[in-house]
Amino acid sequence: MSDLLTVKDLWIEGRSDETWNPIINGCSLTLKKGEVLGMIGESGAGKSTIGLACMGYTRDGVRISKGSVVFDGIDLVTASAAVKRNLLGKRIAYVAQSAAASFNPAHKIIDQHTEAPVQHGVSGRGESVEDGIELYRKLRLPNPEEIGFRYPHQVSGGQLQRAMTAMAMSCRPDLIIFDEPTTALDVTTQIEVLASIRQIVEEYDTAAIYITHDLAVVAQMADRIKVLLKGDEVEEADTRTMLSDPQEDYTKSLWAVRAFQRPTKPPVSPGSVPVVSVRNITAAYGTTDVLHDVSFDIHAGRTVAVVGESGSGKSTAARCITGLLPPRMGEIAFDGEVLPANYKKRSKEQLRQAQMIYQMADTALNPRKTIGQIIGRPVQFYMGLTGAKKRERVNELLNQIELEPSQYFNRLPSELSGGQKQRVGIARALAAEPKFIICDEVTSALDQLVAEGILRLLADLQDTLGLSYMFITHDLATVKSIADEVVVMKDGNVVEQGPKTSMFTPPHHAYTDLLLSSVPEMDPDWLSDLLKERGVDNIGDAAVKNM
Amino acid sequence: MSGFVWFAIIIAGLLVAAYLFRLAGQAITSNAPKFRDMTFGVAFGYVFGAALFVWAVYYYFQPKITEAGTPNAGVIFFRWAVQGFIIASIAAFLFRILGRAVGTETTKKLFRSMPLTASFGILVIILYAITAIFAGSIAPYGESEILGAANVLAGGDIAAGGDPAYPLGTDQIGRDILSRLIYGARNTVGIAFITTCLAFFIGGSLGFLAATLQGWLDQLLSRSVDVLMAIPSLIFALLLMTIASAWAVKLGVPLTIFMVLIIAVIDSTRVYRLARAVGLNIVVMDYIEAAKLRGEGLSYLVFKEILPNAMAPLLAEFGLRFCFVFLTIAALSFLGVGIQPPLADWGTMVRDLGPFINFAAFIPTAAVTPLLAAGAIALLTVAVNFVVDWMLHKTSGLQE
Repeated sequence: MSDLLTVKDLWIEGRSDETWNPIINGCSLTLKKGEVLGMIGESGAGKSTIGLACMGYTRDGVRISKGSVVFDGIDLVTASAAVKRNLLGKRIAYVAQSAAASFNPAHKIIDQHTEAPVQHGVSGRGESVEDGIELYRKLRLPNPEEIGFRYPHQVSGGQLQRAMTAMAMSCRPDLIIFDEPTTALDVTTQIEVLASIRQIVEEYDTAAIYITHDLAVVAQMADRIKVLLKGDEVEEADTRTMLSDPQEDYTKSLWAVRAFQRPTKPPVSPGSVPVVSVRNITAAYGTTDVLHDVSFDIHAGRTVAVVGESGSGKSTAARCITGLLPPRMGEIAFDGEVLPANYKKRSKEQLRQAQMIYQMADTALNPRKTIGQIIGRPVQFYMGLTGAKKRERVNELLNQIELEPSQYFNRLPSELSGGQKQRVGIARALAAEPKFIICDEVTSALDQLVAEGILRLLADLQDTLGLSYMFITHDLATVKSIADEVVVMKDGNVVEQGPKTSMFTPPHHAYTDLLLSSVPEMDPDWLSDLLKERGVDNIGDAAVKNM
Repeated sequence: MSGFVWFAIIIAGLLVAAYLFRLAGQAITSNAPKFRDMTFGVAFGYVFGAALFVWAVYYYFQPKITEAGTPNAGVIFFRWAVQGFIIASIAAFLFRILGRAVGTETTKKLFRSMPLTASFGILVIILYAITAIFAGSIAPYGESEILGAANVLAGGDIAAGGDPAYPLGTDQIGRDILSRLIYGARNTVGIAFITTCLAFFIGGSLGFLAATLQGWLDQLLSRSVDVLMAIPSLIFALLLMTIASAWAVKLGVPLTIFMVLIIAVIDSTRVYRLARAVGLNIVVMDYIEAAKLRGEGLSYLVFKEILPNAMAPLLAEFGLRFCFVFLTIAALSFLGVGIQPPLADWGTMVRDLGPFINFAAFIPTAAVTPLLAAGAIALLTVAVNFVVDWMLHKTSGLQE
């Protein structure tokens, strides 16, 4: 049996500033029928570009300058639009990262599902509707008969991602390209999607290219793994070989990211006053309570990680502490002194003591201000420094976050990478010289290597400045590496809290257990074992509902 | 009927030509992707464009005078338009070269990445500004000076009814049109500019305020704006101007000041709507939250955090609004309550000289008289929008 897809010496260029710059420098790959290739690398490594090129497609302003993409004997680089039209959707399908953004919100899911088979003449509409329901059932979507007749906004993100996988399967393609299909999902939802993708790919013997930046995920899905770095191929090997014996330094560094761990600190001396004390907070948006009687303390120089899925009330708790959402009941104490519930009633000094770092550095930094202005503002506002003194302090802060002041002072946020932007966000918080910083999912939008750098920086700053952190995250690997204490939240309640060491050793609360066991591990057998353990029929929503 | 048949034949011919064009392209380039994947619509577009160009060249070289001896006005105006276009392009090109060579490093850099349309726009705006500021010394005659002959035609050709002393002719009571055009720049453009700026100041600051504070203030302002917008703007302006003209006499304040205020308030409702909508999208950003949590005051939030990010849509609106204000002033002047004679105003000039357009078929130069003022309005409108488009492109970082 010959190869289904052969990419030979593929060079891709992108147009910026009136010139063509290389994006992919000579990539080659082969894929047999029914084989899954994992493609992994940081953002900007060119994973998605290669994925799209495998369909003979390039984004606007991007072109294939050299090389060939041969799918079943047809070179897609030189093929005519008519030939490609006949292949795409029918024999090659694509699953995008954000299903929510890829479905057309104006049409029902099933209507979008049947479009490809009807257009390509694979089957009639009635037939493909029935087939869609069958696929939904196989992918363990709840109410398979009914769910397709809803609009995309009426189903959850994880379900939508599975519906999109079903849509890609609608013509029973020979090749599916998955572009980070689970990156935007919670760990518990991710498992369901991973399991269904793997099952359906196996069942129909479909070849797949699985693009992700999460090593543990790719270990579950792929037969072979290819590592990319800035458009260059680093190495390619069987999954097991790659995991046990990576050859290149870059690959090894990727593998080592999760090893970052801080030493355990001695327990807090009893009777010491916590920096921040959240006391029996109940908060509501409108008339719906979203937090129920939440209490926890954060002590000086400690990191408290607040963990939970989206919608569990982690960020709401942070909004209560900052005073953006005055709680309905309960109070927030800072150094033992109760703070006014609304931030508008707090003094400048009280505001200065608690700072915040945001998840999306893109929206957290004003795009029209230079880095110097962004960091300089709190320096001037709180410390009253101006002119040369302000500049000096900003330079000092830039050095603290490991950015060269002369180079970055006059840049705009858009001229920085994601990790650098996040560092500027940290510097802005530090500029106020606070005691306490809320870190809201600060690493979840970043690549693993970059995220690790941010975590190390935060840890160092804590050690030198004695800061306290409230670390909101849904990623348990992050918790493991940085937290001293953990608070687990679900549906607005604190499910469990305590020191990290006790949290990661059994016995757990049932929900903590589900969270912990859902974090993908590097072991390629992890997913199979886990599914076996949970009972294969029990994955999906049933697992969560049974809690 | 035969016109319709001709139309059908031409379309059919173009369709066939488009098909052949694509076929030929495929054969000649041995199936290059550009021709291979070309849709029929695109091929038709190319052929249609080519046909239009050929027709334009053919029409340009038609004789100026028909066989019957009457001037062929269509050809004459078409030639003027083409010549004007070419001259404008060359002027814009030269201006851009000048801008690249002269000035500070920043302006040089600006000119280097500037499209031709923007440099044309800037050139026109600069010329208008100079004209408006130095109107007194540029204009050959006084603004309301009544000279000897009335209804002198443009062109300065005595045989054709012109006079070299008045290159653009005189109006029906014998005032020099060139001088009035120059003074009109000062009146019309100056007043429209001041009015637009005022409208943006009122509407913009209230809109951002409503977006930032929300709650009852937002409700109060928005509902008041709704009420104002519910009244047809021209009729409302007319009503207020009628009231104001009584006050103007009583208080001894020029009516023009009332007009500026009235149009600014009416137009500020549109600006308010835009500023509030844009502002609402910006205030939900995390950097605004960060600034609020820092304890920043309202003016810092509005002018330092929100305004720079709202610049792009506001600029686009400024270009449009400026033109609308311009036209509103012209309309009010037309109805007799705007800029009062004997002050020169382009809107009034179009109205007063309008009847001359009827002579276009016999004496093209006569028809030019009202078109000069109209052209002055059109040119500025186009120029402002070129510049605004370019600035938008730059500030929003749009590509291609």
